[in-house]
Amino acid sequence: MEAIGTVLLAMLAGSLRVSTPFLFVSLGECLTEKSGRINLGNEGVLVLGAMVAYATSYETGSPWAGVAAAAVAGLLLGGLHGAICSLARVNDVAMGIAIMLAGTGIAFFLGKPYVQPSATLLTGIPFGFWSDNAQVRNALSVCPLFLLGIAAAIALHWCFNATRVGLRVRIVGDSQDAALALGLPIDRTRFLATACGSALAGIGGAFLSLYYPGSWNEGLSSGQGLMAVALVVFSRWNPINCIYASLLFGAAGALGPSLQTVGITWGYYLFYAAPYIFTLVVLIITARGGRSLRGMPGQLSIGR
Amino acid sequence: MSLTPPISTTLSRRRLLQGTAGAAGLAAMGLTSEQARAAKDLTVGFIYVGPKDDYGYNQAHAEAAAMLKKMPGIKIVEEEKVPETDDVSKTMESMIKLDGATLLFPTSFGYFDPYMLKMAAKYKDIQFRHCGGLWQKDKHPMNTGSYFGYIGMCQYLNGIAAAHATKTKKIGFIAAKPIPQVLINVNSFALGARSVDPTITTSVIFTGEWSMPVKEAEATNSLIGQGIDVVTCHVDGPKVIMETAERRGIYSCGYHADQSKLAPKGYLTGAEWNWITVYKQYIADAQAGKPLPNFTRGGLAEGFVKMSAFGPALSEAGRKNVTAVKAEIMKGGYSVFKGPLKDNKGNVVVPAGKAYPETAIELESCNYLVEGVVGSTS
Repeated sequence: MEAIGTVLLAMLAGSLRVSTPFLFVSLGECLTEKSGRINLGNEGVLVLGAMVAYATSYETGSPWAGVAAAAVAGLLLGGLHGAICSLARVNDVAMGIAIMLAGTGIAFFLGKPYVQPSATLLTGIPFGFWSDNAQVRNALSVCPLFLLGIAAAIALHWCFNATRVGLRVRIVGDSQDAALALGLPIDRTRFLATACGSALAGIGGAFLSLYYPGSWNEGLSSGQGLMAVALVVFSRWNPINCIYASLLFGAAGALGPSLQTVGITWGYYLFYAAPYIFTLVVLIITARGGRSLRGMPGQLSIGR
Repeated sequence: MSLTPPISTTLSRRRLLQGTAGAAGLAAMGLTSEQARAAKDLTVGFIYVGPKDDYGYNQAHAEAAAMLKKMPGIKIVEEEKVPETDDVSKTMESMIKLDGATLLFPTSFGYFDPYMLKMAAKYKDIQFRHCGGLWQKDKHPMNTGSYFGYIGMCQYLNGIAAAHATKTKKIGFIAAKPIPQVLINVNSFALGARSVDPTITTSVIFTGEWSMPVKEAEATNSLIGQGIDVVTCHVDGPKVIMETAERRGIYSCGYHADQSKLAPKGYLTGAEWNWITVYKQYIADAQAGKPLPNFTRGGLAEGFVKMSAFGPALSEAGRKNVTAVKAEIMKGGYSVFKGPLKDNKGNVVVPAGKAYPETAIELESCNYLVEGVVGSTS
C-alpha cells in the first residue's frame, strides 16, 4: 500500500514538475495552429529559450529577466518563421523543420560558454507548507511559471471564444475565404499568432533551464518541443485540454523512475514508453467514426 | 596511353615543390631554430562525441588534451560533438590531411567499427588509439589499438564514502544502460558501502539513455522520495544529477570528472578518469620513435583513474577508511569481487575461495547485480 502511495505521489510531483514545458509549447502551438499555420520549429524555440534564459539569468542575476529574454527570443524566431511563411508557396512544415534546426544550432553555438557556470534559478512557491512530510512538501513546491501557464491557458480559451481578436484568429484559421470576405488581414494575423505562439514556447524553455531540471546543456530538451506539438492534436486544439494533456504526459513520464525505486524493476523501457502508448490509445479511442480531426482549424496545411 | 602523368604523381610532385620552397623560404628568412622545429611537431588529433565541457566523459578527455597542449613539441587538434557516424571518418580524414595529424584518439565507443578501422586501412602510417576495450590482436590492424581504465575501484571507494555519510542506510545509483562496464560500477559501489555496513541497500535506476537530463533529474527525485540520501551515477554528463542532489540537500559522489563545484555542500568524493597518464605514455613513445602499444589498460594503481578530493561533508572516519582502502588498492592486485558472492536473486556469482581482480576476464561479461542492490538488469 505504501508503495502505491509513493508511486502516486511521485506521479503527482512528476506531473507538476515535468508538465510545464509541454504546457507552454502546446499552448503556443495551439495559438499558431488556430490561425491556420503549423510551427514545428517550436522544438528549436524551446532549446533557444532555455539557453537564452540561462545566459541572461547568469549575466544579470535575475531569473525573471531570463524568462523575459526567452520570450523575446521565441518572439523573434517565431516571427522569422511567420514572416517567411507569409511568402507565396512556402511550405510551413518544411520551414518549421528549418527553424527547429536553426534554433537548436544557434542555441548550441551561443550556449557553449554557459554549460559550466551555475545561474540563479527560479524558486518554487511552497504550497505544501501544511505538511510535515518532506516528500509532500517537495511535491507541492510549484514553480510560478506553472501557474502562469495555467493562467495563459484559461486566458487563451476565453480569448478564442469571447473576444474579437480570438474570433478573428479562428476565422483566419478556419476559412481563408470567409476571412477575405470580411477583409481580415490574413498574413498579418498568422504572423502575429506564430510570433506570440513561439514566445510562449520560449517561456517553456526558460522553465527547463531555470527550474527543472534547472541547468543548461545540449541534451536538455530531448524532443519535448516536438512531443508538445503532438499534444495539440491530442487536446483537440483546445487550450484547457492542453493543461490536462500536459499533466498526463508529465505523470506518465514520472512513472518509469518511480516504479523502479519501489522495486518494480522489470520492463522499465516499457514504462518509459508509457506517454507514447497512452497517446496512441487515446487517439485510437477518440478517432472512430470520422471524428478523428474534430476541432482542427480548416486551413492547416496538413488538413487541406 | 596517357601523356599526362597520373594525378597522384602530380600532387606529390607539387607538394614536394611546395615543401622545398617552404624550406628555402625558412632558411632565407633566417628563422630561429625553435620556429623551424615547430614544423616537425607531433600533431595529435582528439575527437569527442559530446561537448568538451560536459562535466563528464568528454571533459575528462579534453582536460588531458589541454594539459598536453602545454607540453613542447606537440600540436593538438580537437573536434567535439562528432556523431558516431560517417562524420567521424570525415573528421579523421581532415585531421590527417589538413592538419597533418599522425596520432589520432577517437574517444567514443562507437567510433571504432567500422569508421576508425576503415581509416586505419586507408592510412597505414597513421596511428589510431581508441578509448574502449575493442581492439583484438588477431582481428585488427597493428596501427590501431585501444586503451581503457578500470574505474570500478573508484566506485568501490565512493561506496565506502557513501556508507559513512548515509543516515537512512539507503543509497542510490543512476545508471544509463545495463552493460557490463556500468554493472561493474553499480556492484562496486554497493560492495564498497556494504564493506562498511552490510545493512546498506543500493537502489539502482536505469534511464536507458546515455544523456537524458530530464529523466536523470526525475530519477534523482524519485530516489530522494524513497529516502535515499547519497547518490552517484554512470551517465555521460552527471551535472544535472549532482545539482539536483545538492538542491534537495542530499550527498553525492561524482563520476567521470570532478563535480565538486556543482555540489559544494554535499559532494563526498568522486571517481575520475586520469587520461593524461595514458596520453603522455603514447606521446613519449611516438616522440622517441618507438612503436606504440596496441593494448593499454590500467586502474587506480597505474594512475589511469583517480579520486576527487574529499568534500567537507565526509567525516574524519570516512576519510580514514577511504584512504586506508585506497592504499591497499595502490599496492595492486586488490579484488572487490570476492567469493562467496551472491547476486540479488540469490544465485552464486563468485564461488567461495575465488576472487576477481579488476583485470579478470570474468568481469567483462558481468550481467548481474550483487546482493544488496535493489533493481534489475532487464
